[in-house]
Amino acid sequence: MTRSFPGLLANDRVDLVLNAGEIHALLGENGAGKSTLVKMIYGVLKPDAGRIFWKGRETAISSPAAARGLGIAMVFQHFSLFDSLSVLENIALGLEVAKARDNLSERIVEVSRKYGLPLDPRRHVYTLSVGERQRIEIIRCLLQDPQLLIMDEPTSVLTPQEVDVLFGTLQRLCDEGMSILYISHKLDEIKALCRQATILRHGKVAASVRVQGETASSLAARMIGQELKTVNLSSSGSRGDVRFAVDRLDYPAADQFSVSLKQISLEVRGGEILGVAGVAGNGQDELLSALNGEIRTTPASAIQIDGQNCADLGPDQRRNLGLASIPSERLGHGAVPGLSLTENTLLTAHERMDFVRLGFINYGKSAKFGCQVIDDFDVKCNGVQSEAGSLSGGNLQKFIVGREINQTPSVLVVSQPTWGVDAGAAQAIRLALRRLAETGTAILVISQDLDELIQISDRLSAICSGALSPALPTLEVTLEQVGLMMSGVNLSESMHAA
Amino acid sequence: MIPYLEKRAEHSQAMVYASPFIALCLTLLAGTLLFSLLGKNPLQALYAFFVAPLTSAYGWAELGVKAAPLVLIGAALSIGFRAGVWNIGAEGQLTLGAICGGSVALWFYEVDSVFVLPLMMASGVLGGMLWASIPALLKTRFNANEILTSLMLTYVAALLLSLLVHGPLRDPDGFNFPESRIFSDSAMLPILWSGTRLHLGALFALAAVAGIWLLLSRTLIGFQVKVIGQAPAAGSHAGFSVNRIVWFALLLGGGMAGLAGLFEVAGPIGQLLPSISPGYGFTAIIVAFVGRLHPLGSLFAGLLIALSYLGGENAQIALNLPIAVTGVFQGMLLFFLLACDVLIRFRIRIRPVPGLRHG
Repeated sequence: MTRSFPGLLANDRVDLVLNAGEIHALLGENGAGKSTLVKMIYGVLKPDAGRIFWKGRETAISSPAAARGLGIAMVFQHFSLFDSLSVLENIALGLEVAKARDNLSERIVEVSRKYGLPLDPRRHVYTLSVGERQRIEIIRCLLQDPQLLIMDEPTSVLTPQEVDVLFGTLQRLCDEGMSILYISHKLDEIKALCRQATILRHGKVAASVRVQGETASSLAARMIGQELKTVNLSSSGSRGDVRFAVDRLDYPAADQFSVSLKQISLEVRGGEILGVAGVAGNGQDELLSALNGEIRTTPASAIQIDGQNCADLGPDQRRNLGLASIPSERLGHGAVPGLSLTENTLLTAHERMDFVRLGFINYGKSAKFGCQVIDDFDVKCNGVQSEAGSLSGGNLQKFIVGREINQTPSVLVVSQPTWGVDAGAAQAIRLALRRLAETGTAILVISQDLDELIQISDRLSAICSGALSPALPTLEVTLEQVGLMMSGVNLSESMHAA
Repeated sequence: MIPYLEKRAEHSQAMVYASPFIALCLTLLAGTLLFSLLGKNPLQALYAFFVAPLTSAYGWAELGVKAAPLVLIGAALSIGFRAGVWNIGAEGQLTLGAICGGSVALWFYEVDSVFVLPLMMASGVLGGMLWASIPALLKTRFNANEILTSLMLTYVAALLLSLLVHGPLRDPDGFNFPESRIFSDSAMLPILWSGTRLHLGALFALAAVAGIWLLLSRTLIGFQVKVIGQAPAAGSHAGFSVNRIVWFALLLGGGMAGLAGLFEVAGPIGQLLPSISPGYGFTAIIVAFVGRLHPLGSLFAGLLIALSYLGGENAQIALNLPIAVTGVFQGMLLFFLLACDVLIRFRIRIRPVPGLRHG
């Protein structure tokens, strides 16, 4: 299969063979061409060249409906569900044949029981967790009796327990003869689940291998074309004083789609990275906004930066006290896509780096700062005047992280530092955070990537329904404990009891 | 062969500037068609519309007279539009500027002083700002849509002016006509070019273009305008206040519209009348968009639209065409411009007939 976009050859003569009853991994960094390939298989994109054989017969798949007609189903990474409708209504809306709606409720219950996907058809979607929402999508697919199920990064939003449930389901489907094309970054999952793997790099097949004969690091090496530099946790030296403290912070949700923060307390010392794990939608966005001042919280004495109270200050004033933050959404929140990198440095650095005099901007100074960030963090772009939106996700993220780090903040709050970023850039960002901590900065990392948190944080806590668990030293905590913390069980009480 | 639109990888900077010119060409083409259908010689009509007004020095001066308010308001409105603050009520703010500035002129009718005119200008600006502050307050306090509030206030302003010239501000020696006194000489704008009506307002329009350009390209508040318009969440992350920008954009637009209103009554008109503007406040919206929301663009767009006013009048005289032709031309220009702007993000490709592709 070959497919190009303006200025990019996304798939270059890619071959892929899937057998019946096989879980086949499609592996690759961001931008390697996985989505393009899958979209061609699912009929969303038309290939420029190449042929698809379905059960031995050459087939043209002109639309997603045609793909579903053949028996190909897909669970997307981003769900297309109506929050205000029930599970049953959502599934009924997705069905193309009206007749299929007969006894739908019973059939949903039957499928969910058979494959271990507990789901109540009468529940409204906005009351469901992300894992439960994913089950809706899977059941929607299974109701069509597919022979090929495509899953796009299904575990990126799940707790370890939910992942186990999902893997059990996939194994059962595969035993019944269904083929599954499993797209993921996560190498240990692929080791656990898949038999065969096709690895893409820069739009070409880098390797097609049996998973059994590979280790996670050999797969990673094939994927990124180089060995991963691992972050050395033990190198972090002594801890300083508490630089960032939050005491019983409350924030009532603005509407039914946001999460209330309840009695959040935390402390981060200089030189320390505190990790906050949690499944998406448990208050991570609200936590970041509450800490950096984008939303106001109570009580007025809840947040302290280096001992100075800042709970009634706005984001710019907190920044002047030394608190930098990096939101999870790069485009439109951390950076303005239509403005140049020079202009994007102004967003958070204009006061701390003294770019403005009497209301006038010194663009020379900000461009110099931007160039420094580009150099220091190896940002690939056409210079400091290129639009932020023209950079790839990983490079823009490196730029945003670098913009904050080069201001030498005393406290850094960062959400999803490597979300949607390729493995090489992710590793560079984690190293940069670790190095910043070693200069004495207190860092709070909010992330859904548990491996990442275990790799870089000194202490680990988790957020669940807007409440934050007490933090535990990362080296002492087990994966199961984190899973429990993520589902809201208070571990420290049981540990104190022991 | 089927033409289709393909998304560009990056939006085309060239098309940003080419689009108004393509739109102008399409407007001329459509105009040719329109005139032919009306039974007029299209070349003659286009000549009467676009060329004849500029064949005399007086015509050029008139161009400046018409362009001055359009440029002044258009450049200021483009700031607001960039910030996503949709001030549609510049016409009303212009009216209030005329009322406030004109009242000062009538109050100091007997006073012959160089301070009268500056005082009138200040009152004009304040009047426009006052009128614009109502939608600003409603927007920032109650989240009321400024498109609706500013537009509706336009009609209130027009009625207020009508009330005043029928009542308190009516000329006592004016045989009950709904007009004010004609302003005294010290309340009239200096003429830049003797023998024409070109007045001081034209210089103010140029100064406004330069000032707003500087504001947008060099100052922090101009930067905040761009950020909040393009990515409000990024503005909030940076700590920029949206409410502050709403106030700033509306007060700037209102102030400039008020000044333009004062210039109309203290320049070409010379008194307060029930109607003082042929819709400059609304047309300035077209000026801002044809000018790519850039102050320098507003200058060129203002001159172009001013020409369409002159051309409409001339076509009415020379060819007996209805005055509505002016509005039709302005409307077509905006219509084609918005259509051409698609080409900034997309390009036209030709697809071969399906089925001929080789796999």
